[in-house]
Amino acid sequence: MMKSHALIRMLDRGATLFLVLLGAFAIAIPALNLLVPAGSALHVSTYLVALLGKYVCYGLLALSIDLIWGYVGILSLGHGAFFALGGYAMGMYLMRQIGTRGVYADPILPDFMVFLNWKELPFFWYGFNHFAYAALMILLVPGLLAFVFGWFAFRSRVTGVYLSIITQAMTYALLLGFFRNNFGFGGNNGLTDFKDILGFNVQTEGTRNALLVISCIMLAVCFLICRAIVTSKFGKVLVAIRDAEARTRFMGYRVESYKLFVFTVSACMAGIAGALYVPQVGIINPGEFAPANSIEAVIWVAVGGRGTLTGAVLGAFVVNYAKTYFTSGVLAPYWLFMLGGLFIGTTLFLPRGIVGTWNHWRSGQKEKSEAARSADAEDGMLPTAGSPSTQPSAAE
Amino acid sequence: MRGLFERFAVVLVVFGVFAALVTTARAGAYEDALPKFTLDSFSDTADAIDAIAASGSPLAPPLLQALKDQRLLFSASAKQVLIKAADGKLTDAATGQPFTAAPPSDLDNVRLNNRLRNLTDAALGALTLMAPDPGKRYGAAQSVFKSRDATAAAALDKAIAVEKDAGVKKTMLEAKAALTLTDAGAAAADKVAAIAIIRDRGDQDSLALLQSVPADAPKEVLAAATDAKAKIERNLALWNTVQNFWYGLSLGSVLLLAAIGLAITFGVMGVINMAHGEMVMLGAYVTYVVQDVIRASYPGLFDYSLAIALPLAFLFSAIVGIIIERSVIRFLYGRPLETLLATWGISLVLQQAVRAAFGPTNKEVGNPSWMSGAFDLGGILITYNRLWIIVFTAIVFVALLAMLRFTRLGLEMRAVTQNRSMAAAVGIRTARIDALTFGLGSGIAGIAGVALSQIDNVSPNLGQGYIIDSFMVVVFGGVGNLWGTLVGALTLGIANKFLEPFAGAVLGKIAILVFIILFIQKRPRGMFALKGRAIEA
Amino acid sequence: MTTVEFNAETTSALLYLDGISVSFDGFKALNELSFVVEPGEMRAIIGPNGAGKTTMMDVITGKTRPDAGDVFFEQGKYDLSTLDETEIATLGIGRKFQKPTVFEMHTVEDNLQLALRNDRSVKATLFWSSTPEQESRIDEVLETVRLKHLRSRVAGSLSHGQKQWLEIAMLLAQDPKLLLVDEPVAGMTDVETMQTAELLREINKTKTVVVVEHDMAFVRELGVKVTCLHEGSVLAEGSIDQVSTNDRVVEVYLGR
Repeated sequence: MMKSHALIRMLDRGATLFLVLLGAFAIAIPALNLLVPAGSALHVSTYLVALLGKYVCYGLLALSIDLIWGYVGILSLGHGAFFALGGYAMGMYLMRQIGTRGVYADPILPDFMVFLNWKELPFFWYGFNHFAYAALMILLVPGLLAFVFGWFAFRSRVTGVYLSIITQAMTYALLLGFFRNNFGFGGNNGLTDFKDILGFNVQTEGTRNALLVISCIMLAVCFLICRAIVTSKFGKVLVAIRDAEARTRFMGYRVESYKLFVFTVSACMAGIAGALYVPQVGIINPGEFAPANSIEAVIWVAVGGRGTLTGAVLGAFVVNYAKTYFTSGVLAPYWLFMLGGLFIGTTLFLPRGIVGTWNHWRSGQKEKSEAARSADAEDGMLPTAGSPSTQPSAAE
Repeated sequence: MRGLFERFAVVLVVFGVFAALVTTARAGAYEDALPKFTLDSFSDTADAIDAIAASGSPLAPPLLQALKDQRLLFSASAKQVLIKAADGKLTDAATGQPFTAAPPSDLDNVRLNNRLRNLTDAALGALTLMAPDPGKRYGAAQSVFKSRDATAAAALDKAIAVEKDAGVKKTMLEAKAALTLTDAGAAAADKVAAIAIIRDRGDQDSLALLQSVPADAPKEVLAAATDAKAKIERNLALWNTVQNFWYGLSLGSVLLLAAIGLAITFGVMGVINMAHGEMVMLGAYVTYVVQDVIRASYPGLFDYSLAIALPLAFLFSAIVGIIIERSVIRFLYGRPLETLLATWGISLVLQQAVRAAFGPTNKEVGNPSWMSGAFDLGGILITYNRLWIIVFTAIVFVALLAMLRFTRLGLEMRAVTQNRSMAAAVGIRTARIDALTFGLGSGIAGIAGVALSQIDNVSPNLGQGYIIDSFMVVVFGGVGNLWGTLVGALTLGIANKFLEPFAGAVLGKIAILVFIILFIQKRPRGMFALKGRAIEA
Repeated sequence: MTTVEFNAETTSALLYLDGISVSFDGFKALNELSFVVEPGEMRAIIGPNGAGKTTMMDVITGKTRPDAGDVFFEQGKYDLSTLDETEIATLGIGRKFQKPTVFEMHTVEDNLQLALRNDRSVKATLFWSSTPEQESRIDEVLETVRLKHLRSRVAGSLSHGQKQWLEIAMLLAQDPKLLLVDEPVAGMTDVETMQTAELLREINKTKTVVVVEHDMAFVRELGVKVTCLHEGSVLAEGSIDQVSTNDRVVEVYLGR
């Protein structure tokens, strides 16, 4: 009985709607690409499949940011670093799959190492020829960095803008490092020219559609994990920390452990997003560490509505669609004006974001009708407490 | 040991060149040597170089220069040697006249190897030891010192005899000492004297020279060399430290200049302004525009361009800052994370606006004459622009401190930041003070831009390069404390420069970032933290 | 004035402070402050602004480390100056802030659910589900503070007085051994003030309470031993009548 209780909490109307839409998207796009003939108006080009797959990855990154920003108030300006680390882990696997098909045809060393006259594979590249090992690293590397970073930061109670600034410094330091050739990750050019993933050619339609579907599944799984976290008592503690950190501490909660746990989970999700992103765009380079990228991801969450999870994904889609649309047309020079305007406008005029504003308006409506109903009833006779449907979402 | 005598002759003749330039001299030697270039063999080319250097022909220096620059062409079939100018025009090496006929089909570069390159350099060096320009003579003497080419010895003696410039003469004597030291036939006593001269020169090259003294040299020479080496090494280490310190001071002052405005907006007001870097950038562009107008209309005022740009940059950035504060930031007080995002948006808009107005490329901002050039101070080179920036930073810092302490505006600013409602209650118009404080911080960023335009590329991305560093400085130094910002900036600047020799520029920077990240976690409120109840509010 | 034996080894006190000094940038917020609270006692702390009342609370709850002195809890068993906020809260010291701080985004019920004495580890809250005992405990606490009808309301929408009570309810749910209550009646109406006094007396039946308050009428209503602080140390201690007639107290506190 308790279990179904938790399930109902997890899958409220918004969450169910989101999962249904995501499922429909994951079925419809490949179907329209593979089954509808190329000439038809309904046909979705393979280019578009890859583009949408990229958006799904961005959506997952936004979700991971929302989990910490929306629910615990940790504004990370360095989440792009975890995304990029996940991406590099996947990129290393893909590089090792190239084998003798590289320009220099070295069975072990990736091209850039041959070019740099390296004789041996650096130890941190060992094992990346196995997918399982790479998959583990995709979770472990961002997770470990987040854990170590968070362990220091949260224990010494670095909060607010200070935390934002040092997360930005963290990704900046990584940016500088990955630009160096002797770091062993391809320097400036990064990792590219991928051939296969798990034996399938990354360029083919089938693989691209499969990657899109897998990205959607991972997004759904991570979404469910996030929902499970935020609707549990743990999630309530998170919101309590966000709104009154000292109070929560004086109540006996070990605030740093809560932050550390959720920060690490969030970093792992960002790492997964990066790992799925790399085979779909075909390259990973140090530019992904740029602080500007991380801040841009934050604005997706702000536009969609922080503390809503669904809003974060929506925001990532909306902003990136706008970016693709504007930067590919004659309006390209104006895109940065619009992006800048989006930052200013959202914070000033739409602080709750799209989904947040919608929820707020909805609960306002509901309260009005409830007030009308309870005006007839005797005072103090509100519906029995404890039933989940009467609890306003913690995500407001 | 090919042709020691011949080389000696070369040098003798080189000096003949200058004495007898007006006469026809021995024109024949030059023409005779030329065809050897067409044989396309290294040894013949070497002979040709020697002969040409010895010929005393006025055509010799341009030819050797062309050879050095790989602009000397030959045709084996036509027995023709041609000099190609940088613009592609051909000149007949034999006559110095423009070559107008159709170029032979088998035209090719005269090939050089390292030995020939050294030979050419030495020959050129000998020719320029007597050049009329003291700068060129100095350069030639330096190159003899470094190449230790014995063939230049006679030329050097001659040059020393007639040299009037004390500095150039000293360098020539050092070059002479270097030759003596490497000359196997020189007497031990001469070598010891030479070592003393080289020791007094005391730079890295001197050290290298002393290290090349063979182990089988006479005892007294070896002892003197060891002694001199130790002395130079000590000296060099000392100057190295001084130099690192100077560079660090210079970098620190740049950081301070960029961060000092931020110390006002972030440190004093608590407003996190991600567009701060763009305020710096706007200041740099104001400098560019001012210089542009001056170049076009009042070229005589160029040396005053920075003085004119300073107040304009301050005003312009301050006004932009006030507009930002009034239109965006004031609605976000108490919401630092939102302020961060909104001001990031502003920074994007400002960058793009500048890009649209001035284009994305770097703009040329010139140094006024009093800011260009450099002078030697002991073992380090001090450039005027760095020196002036340090002086300028100090002036700005002191002026700002004085302003906060002694003016009415400063008093009201401190009052508002300490207790807003109380300040309002005693009749201070807090909104006006907010705007003015923000304007002040932005205006200082603007004048930082004027200074940075002298040492950095003026492009729309200028500000981006400073924003993270500026925040690091303010946070490291301690928020709300200008002295902390000063110490923070200088510490980071100097630490960076001392790390660079070990770790390289990039790793040094990473190390500094990691250090600050750890430091903030140890002391979340920086080095000079305010303590007490007020900070919790 | 009663004399107290200051010996951390043998003290019977629940809360024991001896020679506590705290300074901020040269300003001595607490200056050799010493006093003890016996188990089951209710103590009122009064004093003018800047007397060090809040700093004293901060020292007890681990927010501020004392520069010198001893703070012990439960007959000298725990040295509070070596523990952090979380550990101290877990030992059983609950604190109500001067400004009411409830979790505004949560419902009244969730606020209490978070406060209930329970395993506070990450793992426990992740896999938590409510039990009937907890539900009834929440009912009980809500009954005590008379907020039962507001159970599913969002805390942010409560009135100021209701928030104060909710915060006290949260303290009760925490089931601490010692309650530190900072200005519980600030901004309350007279009726609410009297109700709060009654509530605290009710709570004192089972728990030790330390109340910091400005409102003399309220302190009089509580009718308990009073400690008056001034410039970071104890100026006077005794019943409200004793303290309020003490010449030094009249001088510094009542301003005459």
